[in-house]
Amino acid sequence: MIQNDYITCRELIGFLADYLEGRLTEEQRHEFDRHLSVCPSCVNYLDAYRKTVALGRLALTPSDSSAQGRAPEGLLQAIKSARRN
Amino acid sequence: MNGATATADYDDAGLLARLRSNDEAAFDELVDLATPRLLSLARKMMPSEADAEDAVQDAFLNAFKNLPGFDGRSKLTTWLHQITVNACLMKLRSRRRRPETSIDSLLPEYLPDGHQKKPQKRWHEIAEGGIEKAEMCELVRSRISELPEQYRVVLVLRDVEGLDTEETAAVLEVTLDTVRTRLHRARQALKALLDPYFAGDTP
Ligand SMILES: [Zn+2]
Repeated sequence: MIQNDYITCRELIGFLADYLEGRLTEEQRHEFDRHLSVCPSCVNYLDAYRKTVALGRLALTPSDSSAQGRAPEGLLQAIKSARRN
Repeated sequence: MNGATATADYDDAGLLARLRSNDEAAFDELVDLATPRLLSLARKMMPSEADAEDAVQDAFLNAFKNLPGFDGRSKLTTWLHQITVNACLMKLRSRRRRPETSIDSLLPEYLPDGHQKKPQKRWHEIAEGGIEKAEMCELVRSRISELPEQYRVVLVLRDVEGLDTEETAAVLEVTLDTVRTRLHRARQALKALLDPYFAGDTP
């Protein structure tokens, strides 16, 4: 086994979602971090990937939190009466 | 059962039993309890508020029709989520004009040795991005809407709705691995779509 052999960018990027979810084994995470320590491009990729997840959540989450918990009364009535017809 | 204020948790056996015995009040209760979350989900999938409301109404009508066949093995919430996602997908499909772009062109390319073909540029910090938050959210929403549907839907359920992998797999009736693969590709594709705005020199 060659100790200095790093995993490739392709392998690292393939691991990203599992890495963020904490699904990697200790050994995999070690290899992941070792690659990051020598590859600025993957550091940037991980950072951009994280920001993408955060931006997606931010963009699609209603800013007015009270609006999230309510539905228009007209819609509720329409559904209720549609069922009875 | 309890006198506490209504919550979005309507998974108790009591409500299901009353629905099954055609208790009128139980149907109304279900509509009141479930609509806000289902509407919030539909709003993330549909292009307009009217479309989202239509999809929720379709979903309920479907649910009422199929309730006798609901076996109770999945939770009522999961089942209604599933029906709502399907109602949204039906509506979206019926009006799609152009074929969806393949996601492959948005995934990273690699050299034969496994290195990235194009190095990833550093993204600037979101807060100092130079565009207003509302404008930025609008931009991200419009890029999300460009993602092929099967990827977009997983992104919405996992990253926005906060369903876990198992719940998402149950709603979409696909395997856990499919959910994980689609989520990863969706995030990568969205990143690629956002690269021009957040990486490099554009302020
Ligand atoms: Zn790398």
